[in-house]
This record gives sequence, C-alpha cells and structure tokens, in this order.
Amino acid sequence: MVMNKMNRRTILRGALGGAAVTVGIPFLDCFLDNNGKAFAAGGKTLPPVFGTWTMGLGLTPGFWEPKTFGANYEFGEDLKVLTPLQKKINVFSGLRILSSQVITVHTGGMAGLLSGGLSAPGKPLGPSIDTLIADQVGTRSRFRSLEVSCDGTPTSFSRRAGGVVNPSEFSPIAFYQRIFGADYVDPNKAEYKPDPALMLRKSALSAVSEQRSDLLSTLGASDKARLDEYFTSLRTLEKQLEIMLEKPDPLPSCKVATQPQDGERTVLIDHVQKNHELFVELMVAAVACGQTQVFNLNLCGALSHMRRAGSSNTYHTYTHEEAVDNRGYQLTVGWFQRQIADMYFKMAQKFDSYREGDGTLLDRMLVLYVTDHGDAKVHGNENIPVFMAGGAAGRIKTGLHVAAKGETLSRLGLTLQQAYGVSVGTWGTEANTTSHPFGEIMA
Amino acid sequence: MLFSERKVIPLALCGALALAAFSANAADDHQGLASSPERAGANSKIVEPGTTAQAGRPVIRRLTSDQYANSIADIFGPGINLGGRFDPEVRKSGLIALGSSEATVTASGIEQFDNMARKIAEQVLEKSARASVMPCKPAAENAPDPACAKMFLERVGRFLYRRTLSEQELTSLVELANSTTGTTKDFHQGLARTLANMMVSPSFLFRFEKIEADPDVPGGLRLDGFSKAARLSFFMWNSAPDALLLDAAANGSLHKDAEFRRQVDRMLASKRLESGVRAFFDDMLNLDQMETASKDSDLYPEFTPAVAKEAREETLRTIAQILVAERGDYRDLFTTRKTFLTPTLGALYGVPVVTRSVIGQPDSWVPYEYAKDSPRVGLLAQVSFLSLHSHPGRSSATLRGKALRELFMCQKVPDPPGNVDFTVVQQTDNVLYKTARARLDAHAKQPMCAGCHKITDPIGLALEGFDGSGRFRTAENGEVIDLRGSLNGVAFKSPAELGEVVSKNSQVTSCLVKQAAAFATGSAADATATEWLKYLNEAFVADGYRFPGLMRRIVLSSAFSDVQTKQQASIAPAASGH
Repeated sequence: MVMNKMNRRTILRGALGGAAVTVGIPFLDCFLDNNGKAFAAGGKTLPPVFGTWTMGLGLTPGFWEPKTFGANYEFGEDLKVLTPLQKKINVFSGLRILSSQVITVHTGGMAGLLSGGLSAPGKPLGPSIDTLIADQVGTRSRFRSLEVSCDGTPTSFSRRAGGVVNPSEFSPIAFYQRIFGADYVDPNKAEYKPDPALMLRKSALSAVSEQRSDLLSTLGASDKARLDEYFTSLRTLEKQLEIMLEKPDPLPSCKVATQPQDGERTVLIDHVQKNHELFVELMVAAVACGQTQVFNLNLCGALSHMRRAGSSNTYHTYTHEEAVDNRGYQLTVGWFQRQIADMYFKMAQKFDSYREGDGTLLDRMLVLYVTDHGDAKVHGNENIPVFMAGGAAGRIKTGLHVAAKGETLSRLGLTLQQAYGVSVGTWGTEANTTSHPFGEIMA
Repeated sequence: MLFSERKVIPLALCGALALAAFSANAADDHQGLASSPERAGANSKIVEPGTTAQAGRPVIRRLTSDQYANSIADIFGPGINLGGRFDPEVRKSGLIALGSSEATVTASGIEQFDNMARKIAEQVLEKSARASVMPCKPAAENAPDPACAKMFLERVGRFLYRRTLSEQELTSLVELANSTTGTTKDFHQGLARTLANMMVSPSFLFRFEKIEADPDVPGGLRLDGFSKAARLSFFMWNSAPDALLLDAAANGSLHKDAEFRRQVDRMLASKRLESGVRAFFDDMLNLDQMETASKDSDLYPEFTPAVAKEAREETLRTIAQILVAERGDYRDLFTTRKTFLTPTLGALYGVPVVTRSVIGQPDSWVPYEYAKDSPRVGLLAQVSFLSLHSHPGRSSATLRGKALRELFMCQKVPDPPGNVDFTVVQQTDNVLYKTARARLDAHAKQPMCAGCHKITDPIGLALEGFDGSGRFRTAENGEVIDLRGSLNGVAFKSPAELGEVVSKNSQVTSCLVKQAAAFATGSAADATATEWLKYLNEAFVADGYRFPGLMRRIVLSSAFSDVQTKQQASIAPAASGH
C-alpha cells in the first residue's frame, strides 16, 4: 500500500509545500506504526494515550537541568533517578509564562502549559490540553478521561471550556469500583453478552437528553452554557454506556487490577506516596484494559502542603523559610523534590513494564510533568521545568533535552495538541499566543 | 419527609395530613420574631418600597450536596442511603451559595448522580418500603399501569422538581415507566428507573428560577410562585419546599403579602430553621474544609479525623444555640464562654467531659462553660477556626488574621506575589526565631510583604496561645508567647480581648448582613444592592443583631423576590464602596 511508504510528516510537508507547520496533524490510525515500534495487538493498532502528572513548586534551578542539549543528555542532580528511562524522556528547560497581569502564585505553570496562559481578568482559564486531546482521541474509550489525586482532595487541573473542572477521585477503592466494579467488561473474555440493565439505563437517560431544547430555550447565554455542559456530561455518560454495550477488542496486556486497600486522606508524604502507588497500579490497568486514553494524576496540588511525619513544616513552608547552603540550595526542599522525581519515575517505570507487542505501554503514551513554578524558593515564573515520558505512539521523538531560552510554555501545549491530532494552528493567550510548535520533538 | 414538621408521615398520606400536622406543631413551638410582643409592632410593615435599586435577579443554582441530601431525606425519609460522591462545590466571593450559581455537572459528576439516583430509587421502591410511598397498587405487578404510575410520578415529581409537572412532562415520564416495565416485566422496576431519571434531570439537580410579570407593579417583574417558594425554603431550611409552601405557590397566595408573611413566620418557627442557619454559617465560615483538615499525628496526636468532624459540629452547635435556640445577639458568638463538647474534643481542649443521657439515649454532646479566666472565648478560640487556619504542623498568625478579615469582615487580603525574596528568613539560623512573632517580624521586613502582613499578623498573634491543632500553650520552643495584637489600631493582649474587639467592629456585623443577603438571593452584592444593604444593616442593629430577624428582613424585602430588568439595572446608583 502506498501509504505504508509515507509517514505523517511526509503528508504534511507535501500538503503545505514545505511551509511552516501551523496546522494540527490529523489522527490517522494507519500511521501509528510508522516509527519503528510495533504496537499491534491481535492484528489491531492500539490507540495513543495522554496523561498529565501535576505537582507544585517546581525544582531548584541549577540542580535539575541537563548540561547538554539534544540527545544523550544527562539529568541534573535532582532528576538523576530518571536516568534508566532517559531514552524515553524529553526535558524542557527555560520555559516560562508571559502575562501583562499579575500572575498569582501557584498558578503560572499550570495555566501556561495546560491552558495557554492566563485568561482575561475575571474569566476562567481556557480548557486544558488534556480535555482538548481527549475530545480528539478519547471518544472511543469508556471514560473520556480519568482524574485522580493522591492528597485526599478532589484537586484537579483538568478543565473544560467555561471553567468546569473535572474533579479528581481521591479514594483508591472508589476509583477501583468506578473502573473495575460491576459495570466492567473484560475485553479478553471469550463470550460477550450485552447487559440488559445497561441497555435500559442508556435508553432511560436518552429521555433526559430530550429535555435539552426545552430547557435551553428559556435561558440566557451564560446559564445556557452551564446547562449545555450538563448535557455534554450526560451525553458522555450515554456514550460510555453505548461503548459498554459493544464487544470490546481483545487486549492481551490487560490485567484486571485487584481491589486495593483504601488510602489515607492526609498530606503526609508516606501517605501520598502510598496513594500514588495505588493509583498508578489502577491507572496502568485502566489504560492497558482500554478503559481510557487520557488521564490526569495530581500528586499534591500546587500549594504542595506535603510534609514529613513529625515535622512542623510542609514542603511549601520549607521553600519559603529554609536557609540556603553555600550553593544556594535548600536541603530539605531538595529532599522533597527528589522524592517527587522518584514517584514520577516509578509511575513511568510501571507503564513501561507493560509489554505490548514489540514495545511497552509507555511507548504509546506520553505523561507530562506539569508544575506551577520555576525556582521554588522565590516562587518564580521563569525556567519552569517540564519533562515528559513516552513517545505518544510514535508521534513524539524522545530522549531529547530542549533548551527553550525564555520561550512560552504555550508552545509546548500547542506541540502536544498537534501531536495528538487536535486541529489547532495558533494557540495561547496574550503574549503566549503562538503558531510555532517545537518541531524538534515532533516525529 | 417534607410533609411533616416532626413526624415521618408516609408520602401517600402526607398531602392530606400536612396542614393538620403543621397546625398542631405551629401552636406549640412557634417562637418566631413575629410572635414576639416587643417586635410585632415594629415589624408590621417591613417590606421596603420596591425601588429599582433593590430588585434582585433570577439565578440558576446547582443543588449543593447538603441540599441534595436534605431534599432526599425530606421527600423519602431519613433512612435513605445516598452512597455516592458529589462534584466539588464551587466557592465564589466566599460562598458556595454564590458558586452554585456558576456550578455545572461534570462527566464524572453525572456518573455519580446516576449511580446515586438508581440506588435511591431502589430503596424507595423496594418491596418492604414501597407501601409508604405508593399512592396506589398496580393492577398487575408484571405489567404497566399508566394510571397508577402517573399518580406516583405526579406526586413525587412535585417535590423533586419543586413545582407542578406539566402534562407533557408527566406523559413522557409515564411512557418511560411503561416501556421499562414492558422490558423488565416488573411495574416497580419500571417506576424505579423513571424515578432515577427524575433525580438525574436538570429539573431536580438545578434550581431554575422563573420570572413573570408583576400585576401589582406596571412593567415590573417578579419570581414566579414556585421559584419564590424554593428560594425561601432553601434559604431558611436548606431544603426543598414542603407541601404547604408548594400549595401556596400553586394557588398564587404566596404572592399575597399576608400569606407570604404567614409562611415566613411558619418557617421561622419551625425546627428546620436551625438547618438553614447551620447551612449558612457552615458556608460562610468555610467549615466544609474541615473534611480534609489533617494534622501531623506526631505533633498533634489528639487531632484525628473524628476530632475535625466534631470541631465543625461544635461550632455549628454553638451558633445554633445562641442564634436560634436563644434568639441571641450575633456579636455574642465572639465573646461567649459557652460551648458543646464531646469526650474526644475534651481531650484536645484539656477539659474532662462526662457524657449524659437524654430521654434514656446516650448523648455524647455536653454543654460546657469555660471559666472566666479561660482563654477559650468565642468562635475564634474554637478548634475549628484555629486548626483550619493553621498549617498541618504549626499555627499561623497570618492565616488566622487573614481568615478573620476575609470570613468575618468581608475584606480581601491579596494573594502573595511571585518572586518573593525570603533571604532574611532563609539565611538566618532559626534559633533566633523561636516564636511566630519573631519569624513574622523578620519576614515582614521585606517591603513587598509588609503591606499585607501588617493587616493580618497583628490579629493572629493574639491567638498564638493555641497551636496548629487548637491546643492551648503558653510557650513556643521554650519561649513565652507574647499575645499582644491589634485590629485596625485597637490593641488587645489576649484572645478574650480580641473577641471583645471583634464583637464591637461594625464591619463584622455588616459583613454578616452582606453574606446572608448573598446567600439568600444567590447573587453577590453589587451597586444595585447598596440601598438594600444599608436598610438591612440598620434593621439588624435595631433588631438587636438577631439573626432570624435578619433572615426575616431579607425575605420580606422586595429585593428577595422582585426581579430587576436590564434597563433598571443600568440606572442603578454606583457602589459606595465598603
């Protein structure tokens, strides 16, 4: 087939006659295997997955950035733990958020990378890229996206248009029940019989959907938008039931998780680590079993009130108050940052341990590390660290260090949307508006 | 259930019994302001002239989790297990009540609502329970019975949707019940699925306020009767309207001044008033955040999740006792030495608590009064306030001062800016900064920090005698704690004196008025509310700072139920500022 001799970039270059790439790359299943990895399972191509991993207070400048650029870089001291996965991880240094407004503490990094910058005063942030990507790639999985938080709160940075935040599940047991409870359909089960109760539920919910036009017709614009969001959510649930009524494709790497113990709802780092471990275990199973293609894992919010047992200070307080040593380094802050890097590594490693054809689950996904600040000590909005594990099913080149030198975070947000096929050419707010993705990581 | 003030009366009977039930109760527990001789005269004409500046606007609010739970308990009985989780509440201008005017339902939220609705419907219509809710028996258990289904759905729908259902709505619901029954061969399963649908419907999950022409005011608009009834009920009871209120809305009498007052006074006299008052203060004081308050168990071993829950309840009980049971002065909340404790809370407070029995039932809550020289004075010295506005492992004069200004005085303390230089603190050995006062003094030497810290820290420093969990202490790191502080230039040197100063601050009482008005109407005060708030403030003072009296003034004001047109809004006076 002619297509097999081309790749997506070839098509794009041809279509644009070599002009600057400013359009989204269409999501064409037939290209998924073009980058040296075989993702096929049972003769079918497995879809790409996108995840975010959020945590506040960044890293200490000078202690995380690789010293060299491009391939074969070495992680800085506080990210050394990631070394075994270096070939699958990209690091971006020098990114920042731009704004003519006051950037409130603990918001800049998330706003810049996920929503393309701050919004106009009084207006909610724009939709986050995970929701935009989910609308593009996640419509055929049971859950459009899954959100969890390890600090016992429903904190989430996933937001839809209009400021609607997708809340996180904070109980591992509740999360397990939601995915692998009574409604779960095992894709590898030989026989499939649609559940009549699901059919009834779907049919009944469509009766609620039918109220839409009557209700919307009486409302003003802002209320209409709110209610429309309700009906979008309802439609998502109907779609979910619809998918559950179809025989799922077999997924050889799918292993149903076992019901976990419930986590502790505290910000003690031991508890956050345990919750993270439980949620990662469940999320890996959820992805491997085809339940979702987009997820958002929040470690401990942006304020980062994580703390060690017996210490009166939180990680956040230490960033403000801990004395620096002769290198300008805060020792306890650094300890927290290395613990956090270790959790990220364990998460990525877990995904990488799932074999799928010639590759791993991590190879067909990308998990984006998102944080609020650059220099934690001063809550800075420059040199905000970003790294990402996984090659997004061959859409992203990996193992690279990109020195952005003061570029806006929105460039990376645009890059990832285009990599996942979102049709967007220009993105971002105020001075963050950009039409230039980071071509160096685009496969 | 909604149909009875005190007793659980089966749904099928309640329509007939409701009036009788209320009348009996009203006779013996009516304690509303209107019945009070010294106030009856003063309140005989409380509705202000309907100037344009006082008219409100219709809003659409998502039910809060408590309103959802209260509605279900009131409609179907308190034994129903909800078994689900709600989308997080949205807080705006300090209130969930205002955030609910912007909240919607997320994809995971609708999953939860659907799951809850199905579980609730199953419980309502399970074999052993259905006799109390079914107004009829189906002709056959395994076949549709449109007439019986309609009777049930019409009756229940009125309470769930808080209005009379249209014929078209009823027809659709009966069709759904029939078709589901046809598939399942089970009449009650068909009904349960239809009932679940009603509880997922926007008509239940959202409070839609509708407007209509006001025949008494040419060109004027007002909330329609059902919208008015719901606004009244959720404000005063934090639950859906009962049968009497819906009847008054349906027959139009709720628009008549005398009947409206009668309903308001009935609600003020009801035991359910406490639920409304608790909901307002829970919201205003951000007490929902106690659910996730956690402390270091090594440093604060007494502060457990159970203590956090009970601390929230202690504050709400104190408020309900003074404001509702005693019809007391709002300002007394800052100076009272009376509270309620459990043995668990007592351990944290260092107070021995002996439980008692009430009518043969053990009651873990015991009234308690601190000694005259105790530092435990008022809400500011309770564990809920002290622990919520602290760090997990230590106290915070800044957070406590900020909370007092924001929650009780309606002031906005700016968020700290980015790129703050903490060199002074960071390069100094902490041995030199043993107390919070010393640390904050050092930090506030930064000019960019001093501006905000000087309006928060002097308040909170008076509460440094309580650690991050709210436990009493006299020293920090071996150094005696200095409790001197000030609020807007007025000095004090103990928590008790702080309570006195706060109770005398007019911004504290005007903030309560502002928040109560916003909570009631679902709209934050803007320029058009200036005159109304001025009136409410003056009335609140004249009424002796009685909160139920304030609620009455609010609901009887034109701003509560009249609606402002865009044209009227555009000519409203500019805000005078606060």
